[in-house]
Formats: sequence, C-alpha cells, structure tokens
Amino acid sequence: MPEAANAREAILNRIRTANNAAKATAHAAEYQAIERSYQQTTNLDRETTLQRFKDHLHEYDAHIFEAAPDTIATTIAEVLKSLNQKSAIVADNFPVEALPAGFSWRRESESTTEQLDTAEGGISACEVAIAHTGTIILRGSRKMTLLPDRFLCVVHENQIVDTVPEAMARLEQYKTEPLTFVSGPSATADIEMTRIRGVHGPRFLDVIVVRN
Amino acid sequence: MTIRVGEAAEAPSFQKAAFKLLDDAQLRKNVRHATDVITGKRAIVVKEQQDWQQLRATASAIKQHTLAHLDEYLLQFEAACTADGGHVHWASDADEANRIIVDLVKQYSGKEVIKVKTMTSDEIGLNKAFEANGIHPHETDLADMIVQLGHDKPSHIVVPALHKNRQQVREIFMEAMGLAELSDKPEDLTNAARRYLRDKFLNVNIGFSGANYLLADTGGVCVVESEGNGRMCVTLPEVLITLAGIEKVIPSFRDLEVFLQLLPRSATGERMNPYNSLWTGIGKGNGPQHFHVVLLDNGRTRILADPEARQTLHCIRCGACLNTCPVYRQTGGHAYGSIYAGPIGAILTPQLFDMQHSQSLPYASSLCGACYEVCPVKINIPEVLIHLRGRVVREQQSGANIEALGMKAMARIFSSSRSFEAAQRLGHIGQWPFVSEGWVKHLPGMLGNWTAVRDMRPLPKQSFRSWWREHEKAKKENADA
Repeated sequence: MPEAANAREAILNRIRTANNAAKATAHAAEYQAIERSYQQTTNLDRETTLQRFKDHLHEYDAHIFEAAPDTIATTIAEVLKSLNQKSAIVADNFPVEALPAGFSWRRESESTTEQLDTAEGGISACEVAIAHTGTIILRGSRKMTLLPDRFLCVVHENQIVDTVPEAMARLEQYKTEPLTFVSGPSATADIEMTRIRGVHGPRFLDVIVVRN
Repeated sequence: MTIRVGEAAEAPSFQKAAFKLLDDAQLRKNVRHATDVITGKRAIVVKEQQDWQQLRATASAIKQHTLAHLDEYLLQFEAACTADGGHVHWASDADEANRIIVDLVKQYSGKEVIKVKTMTSDEIGLNKAFEANGIHPHETDLADMIVQLGHDKPSHIVVPALHKNRQQVREIFMEAMGLAELSDKPEDLTNAARRYLRDKFLNVNIGFSGANYLLADTGGVCVVESEGNGRMCVTLPEVLITLAGIEKVIPSFRDLEVFLQLLPRSATGERMNPYNSLWTGIGKGNGPQHFHVVLLDNGRTRILADPEARQTLHCIRCGACLNTCPVYRQTGGHAYGSIYAGPIGAILTPQLFDMQHSQSLPYASSLCGACYEVCPVKINIPEVLIHLRGRVVREQQSGANIEALGMKAMARIFSSSRSFEAAQRLGHIGQWPFVSEGWVKHLPGMLGNWTAVRDMRPLPKQSFRSWWREHEKAKKENADA
C-alpha cells in the first residue's frame, strides 16, 4: 500500500520537524532518568495487606471467602451450593484436585462460545492481586471469565501484593500475554451516575482467598 | 490534508450555543448532578492516594519525554506489534483513517461492527463513514448506545450521556429497541442494554476499539473500561481494529503503574475501574486472529510543533477538568460544538484545526485554574488557553475584518498625542446623537457590544490635558503679571 507508506513517512517527518529543538538527547538515558518518587513498595504488614485486599474488593460488591490450601475444593463446593450452582467452566490450568466432586465441570478450551454464554459460572485462578486497588489480574482465560454470569476466582495469599508497582514488577515476565485486570463485577454509572452491577460482564464476582 | 473533529468545524460559537443551552433547566440539572457525584467521589480517592502529586509529576515527565521522542516510540511500537502478528497503519487525517478502516472491514466482508467507546472514532466521524458504506456500527458502551440510539451527540469524554436522565434514557430505549414496556430504573435500563447487545457480541465478527495506551516496548494495547463491553469487543470477534491517536503511545509496560493509578481515580472516582484489557498482536490468546492498529495524526503533529501548547497532547481523557470546570458545569458539553468538551476541549479542538475553526473556545473559560489543579498529567490548561487567545488575536489582526482595521486605526491614533486629542475633539462633536441625560446608552455597530451591558459617560467638553495646558498657561501669566 504505497499510500499508507506515504502517510507513515509524512507523519514521522512532521514529528521530527516539530521536535527539532528538543532533540539530541539519547532517549534511553533520558527515560531512565525520569524521577519516580511515588510509592513503589508497601509499608503495610501482611495481615493489613490481606485485610485491605478483602475490604477493597468488598466495596466493589464482590463476595469474599477464605480457605486453607487443603480446603479449596470444599470451599468451592460451599460457595456453589449457596448459589444453587451445579456446574461451571474451569480454566485449563486450574488444578483438578481443587475441584470438588458432585458438580459438572467443563474446561475452557473444550467449551464453545455458546456453552460459555449459557454456563452458570466460570472458575479460575489468578496471577497477581493488588490490595491497594482491590484488583485481580488474570493471564489468559479471557472469554470464560467474561461470558458466564458468575466468576469465581481463587487467589492465593502469596499472590496478593499491596501496591500497583509491586504487581507490575511481577507481571513484567508475562507482559506480552493477554492480561485482564478485574476490579469487581462489571459495572456502569452511565445513567445518572448510579452504580449498576453487571452490564455485559459477570454480574457476580466471588473470591476465595487461600491462606498459607 | 483536511482535519475533522466531529462536526466542530460547522458548530456555532461557544457563546452563542451556551446562551441557548443555559435555558435548558433539565439539562443543567442533569449535568450538575452528574458532575457533583463524580467530583465528590474523585476527591475522596485522590485524598487517600498519598503519593498523588508524585504520580502526577512522573506521568507528566513520561508524557513529555515520549513526545520528545515520539517518532522513535511509534516505530518501536510498530515493530513490536508487527512481530506479534499485528498490522500497523498510519493515517494523516480523518478521511484517510476512515478509508483505511472501511477498507479493512470490507476486506473481511463485514457488514456490522461492534465498537468499544472511543472518542477518536467520533473525532474522525467513523460511524458516518461506516453507514455511507453500508456497514452498521453498534456502539456497545451504555452511554454511547444512549447517544447513538437517541441520534444525539456525546457531551462528556467519559460519561457521554450524562446530559440525559433516566426518563429520557427509557424513552430512547423503548423506541429504538421496540419495547412495549420498560421501567426507568437504572437496573432495568442496564438490563435492557445487556439483552440487546449480547447477541451482537456473540455474532458480529469485527470488533473496533480505541486505545488508552499503546505500549512501545511490547507493541501491546491497553483498554480501560467498566462494563465488559470492551472485553467483549477485543476478545470475541475474529477481527479487531484499533484506532489510536499517535500521542497514545507510552514507552513501556511498566509505565502503566503510573497511569493506571491516575486515570480511574480522576475519571470515575474509583480506586480501579472494573476491567483493563491488555493484549499484544495476535496468537498468544484465544482472541481475534486478525489485528490492525490505525495510528492517527489528524492535526496532532501541528500541536506538537507549538512548544507552549504541546502539553495538550499529554491528555489521558479522564474528564476531571470537565467535571470541575465552573463553565462546563453550567453549559454541559454540547455548547463546545466539539466531541471534546470542557477545558481540555477548549484547547484541543481549535489546535487540531490549527486555529482555523472553533476560535471561540479558548474564551470559554474564566481562567480560574481548577482544571490545572485536577489534571492527573499536569496540563496547564489556563496557560494554554491564554496562549491560544493570543493566537486568535494575532490571526484576526492579520485579516481585513472591521475589528482588525478598527484596532489598527486605534493604534495609530493612540501613538501620537496630537492625533489622540484631535480624535477626542471629533468624538465630542460626533457623540451628540447618542448622549441622553448625561449618559451614552446605545452605540451603533460593533461598539454596541460595549454599551449592551454598560452605560458610559460621554466625552467631556474639555480633556484633562487641554485643561492642564490652559491652567498652566494661566498660572504662568498670573505669575508674570
């Protein structure tokens, strides 16, 4: 497409002309020199961080549950039973031993879009979670955590950091993968600034925090 | 090159449009309510973020640095995105971008497109271009949907339908969706939107998005949203087209730790918005198999060329300056005649046009500085407003309009005391038809703008200077005598 190539050159030339005066510095060194005096690491202890994570998620209308490493499956069973849920789509990398018996599971890669759309819920783990903002960060599993009306996420204590920079540092190695930041159920405030849960994504977010 | 910013080139002046809108009590009530709610929520979460000023300073420094090396960062983004299977297109203006996007949709035999909220697509008038080519765009953000189905225009960068209340939304939905019954509860209205769009999300094959950030180091894109419509559009279709202004690039993935802390708190008063989607090219996920990015100039390089105003390009479209602006809070967004309303719109729109249109916008401000105070990337909007007012005046002076000629004549008269005094004498004689009861209440022509809102005293019989001369002369004569 010669036209496109022209626009590219034209835009780059206009930028270079506009920047003429500002040039000359090496951009890598200049970037490194940018001052970052905002808070990088937490000054909270472990317990306070966990409490903050739960409080902030709670404020987004998420439901929080706690489990020990060996009670994940029973906790999942309790949560689903309380919701009258009998089945779910499960993330491919979710450990099979954490799935309780007596429910019907389907792996995400074996599910069609239609099955995802009509599923009762989705269950996945997360990569990192941020207490400061009440955020869960998912690697992949984009559709199965979006289409069903319920999303249940299992978060291990050691995945929870306090600050956003701490989370970004952990995500650095996955930065070219599809990542989704989830902070509460889908919501809108477009009508009279009234917060409504669940527009297009899951209306319900349940989080199980696993204590080590 | 033809720059388009929605329909701003044809819009009436701000003052004219505002005059009319100020009469709309319902609109003012809606705008006041919405802006009060957001500013209240924002204040709370900004106060709680103790390193807010440090984050602002870093964000501003990152933006400044990126703009100074914009060519390099765009090329880096292009290389990385392409390496991961994406295609990068460049568009000098709105028409070129529309052409590229419409051609892509045709190439993939698309008849419908699902769209995530993007101001940039409104800027280039993309929906019109789609419709002219038989392609049906579906806006999927709730507010954008209200605007689209109501054949309306957005009035806010973040909450485009904040000028509508629930009753008005109900009417729009009932008519457009063919519903016989619908309550005006926001829950029910939201549910109606969910049902209406779910089928589109599952079946439309082409998604279209804007970008909050383009990441130069990974070639990735970040979209920030609340409803999940964005996630639907960027993951479900087979084809994804993303339109982004060239200023949306930031150097690295890590920089998101700054912007993702500033944007949600500024925009909606949340610690974090419900969903952020990040993806790079294609292939690493179960998302679209064809990915195209269109990089748009449309006047941005002109802004870059003005050292005093280039900070305009730092904008991350949070809308905080709109919510806090005493002018916007009275008029709402439509008075600005542009899809970019409020203080940021008042500096962005005329600059995109290289000051050829929207010249009234730099005057749509009391220069109180509230916008600068809340801006998460520290754009000194009042400073840019004054700078642009200067450009407007200089532009007008170079023209042959009556005001410019009048000002030039005035400058000549004021430059010598003899011509000044001659003019005063002439004025004293010429003013008699307009003097009544010791006041000048109505002046003809352009001078009438002055007397429309104030009376003035007529020119006195004798000026002070002439009295002084006589006085001194008489004193001297008395002394001599």
